[in-house]
Amino acid sequence: MPRKTYVAAIQEALAEEMRRDERVFLIGEDVRIGVFPSTRGLHAEFGDRRVIDTPISELAVAGAGIGAAVTGLRPIVDLMFGTFLYLAFDQIANQAGAMRYMYGGQTKVPLVFMVQSGAGSSAGHHHSQAVHQFFMNMPQIKVILPSTPYDGKGLLKSAIRDDNPVIFLHSLSLGGKRGEVPSDEYLLPIGVADVKRSGSDVTICAVGPTVYTALEAAEKLATEGLEAEVIDLRSLSPWDKRTVLESVAKTGRFVAVDESFPTCSAASEWAATVAEEAFPDLKAPVQRVTNADVPMPFSPVLEKAVLPSAADVVAAVHRTLT
Amino acid sequence: MHHQDIALEVVLDIYTRVLRIRRFEEEVGRLFRQGQLPGFVHLYIGEEAVAAGVCAALTDDDTIISTHRGHGHVIAKGGDLNRMMAELFGKATGYCKGKGGSMHIADFDIGMLGAIGIVGGGMPIAVGAGLSAWYTDSDRVSVCFFGDGAANEGSFHESLNLASTLRLPVIFVCENNQYGEFTPALQAMNISDIADRGAGYGIPGLVADGTDALEMYRVAKAAVTRARDGGGPTLIEAKTHRRGSHAEGEEAFLGGQTYRSDEEMAAARTKDPLLLLHSYVSENDILPAAQLETLDAEITQSVAEAVDAARDSPAPEIESLFEDLWV
Ligand SMILES: Cc1ncc(C[n+]2csc(CCOP(=O)(O)OP(=O)(O)O)c2C)c(N)n1
Ligand SMILES: [Mg+2]
Repeated sequence: MPRKTYVAAIQEALAEEMRRDERVFLIGEDVRIGVFPSTRGLHAEFGDRRVIDTPISELAVAGAGIGAAVTGLRPIVDLMFGTFLYLAFDQIANQAGAMRYMYGGQTKVPLVFMVQSGAGSSAGHHHSQAVHQFFMNMPQIKVILPSTPYDGKGLLKSAIRDDNPVIFLHSLSLGGKRGEVPSDEYLLPIGVADVKRSGSDVTICAVGPTVYTALEAAEKLATEGLEAEVIDLRSLSPWDKRTVLESVAKTGRFVAVDESFPTCSAASEWAATVAEEAFPDLKAPVQRVTNADVPMPFSPVLEKAVLPSAADVVAAVHRTLT
Repeated sequence: MHHQDIALEVVLDIYTRVLRIRRFEEEVGRLFRQGQLPGFVHLYIGEEAVAAGVCAALTDDDTIISTHRGHGHVIAKGGDLNRMMAELFGKATGYCKGKGGSMHIADFDIGMLGAIGIVGGGMPIAVGAGLSAWYTDSDRVSVCFFGDGAANEGSFHESLNLASTLRLPVIFVCENNQYGEFTPALQAMNISDIADRGAGYGIPGLVADGTDALEMYRVAKAAVTRARDGGGPTLIEAKTHRRGSHAEGEEAFLGGQTYRSDEEMAAARTKDPLLLLHSYVSENDILPAAQLETLDAEITQSVAEAVDAARDSPAPEIESLFEDLWV
């Protein structure tokens, strides 16, 4: 199987879906030249009508995507960095997520918002935040944050074919990561987790870049004779409760690892659900490992210290043993 | 350039500001290429005349707000090179103790209310600084620097209208360097002068030569006087050029793609704000050539010292993560 980078896999998903369906188009700032290589080359193949550069006007561009979606197209709106979604908040929170329901089922909003999310480039608070947790909080918006090229491609293709608004987050820190991507077409279902490592002593749930943090921690734990099960949720909304609860039924211990500000993080939701629905299975209180509760600092040493580390995960697992 | 009405010491002051920015930015570019600086760096080379001319028209009490391309604004307002350089290195001795970085330098003591990495993020805050001047009957003015690209954000339109309706002492300085990242300004808007947008909000919109620091000074001075006299906001559009990359390292991440022609770049080089001002200063015998060289050497030296000091400075302690919080 060919090995490809994460960004190349995303680029392939975009190109394949645009070839397959005329209604699919890409719109955003500098998507033609490709600020991120994930959109590069698409303009050459698909031309001006289907790869549209815009002014720097996130609110209008997001809203234009919604308007195009409810009138029969399937837009992919690229807003570059996750934090730029904040400028489009009204259109996403008040409109995109609610329209289908609010208008009594008269319409659907088949739309993908695509952005880079998360830290790792030492760019300071405005360019380094993970934003998935905000959108998990909104009903009827799907949220995806894949960790591998394979997952990225398969999930983005499904997102483009989905009839609901989907926030597709790709991780800046994983862009160059390589992995196997089949040459034949495939789709991955939204809302289904992938067990990246199996084990019977503790369940570690992660998403995006923290999957690697969790796997690194699992290796360390293995040297202590502890086998961790690492679940990569891949989708944050909807998320695969069943896989998590089944794992906890087996291990009795749960650690949630998430690159979010701690309050109302993705980890909070997972932990609350496990505490609520798997209480009889638990041998110890659930644990959360998240960012420190501070804005994102610039200095590489501080940025690193803010983010969940493998040592933090190991320590959290140890807490479930005492 | 005809600026005989501008006092010689003012010309020299502006020249010094331009030169300080240029030498600082050249060094930052070198450091970035050597891989010594973390994060993203957006240089101000080619645009120095805007910040230097405008800030020379301000007092220490007046405030400014800046952008992702903010080093020049800090220096023009009188910022300390050592604390700036240390911030770019992410060191504890930096302006923001290493928490801000290139896109977030601030110096509240000199009225520099912060660089902002979100395009268009500064304009509403500048309106607020103008609001507080009005509220306290202060004659302080608030200046906001932003790019041509930012003029297409909703915040630009809302801020101009709000400042206009409340008649606030705010000066909106649009640095039209003709690109927002890789998109030409003329592709992102169907008017050639952003200044024309002032009319839509009932405020004067002026076009100025943003490569001529003395013209920038004169235009800014008039807007400042108007604002202090209760005349309300002004929109100034400075036509200028970004000499180098949008962000340093651009050639690598664009993978060989280009977006500006050689002719365009060559034309921009003939409008170099430092060279233009240098000719003016020399031709008008404002300072003898030898003294100009000494000034340059002193500035170059202070930049070098800032680099040494930054390198020798400690990285932030991890405990500092939990300083400057309300809990
Ligand atoms: C809200 C927002 N959208 C997009 C970006 C990405 N971005 C950074 S700089 C830039 C171009 C800004 O152009 P302009 O305002 O003309 O300033 P210049 O870089 O030319 O100084 C863009 C799009 C951002 N930082 N913030
Ligand atoms: Mg610009």
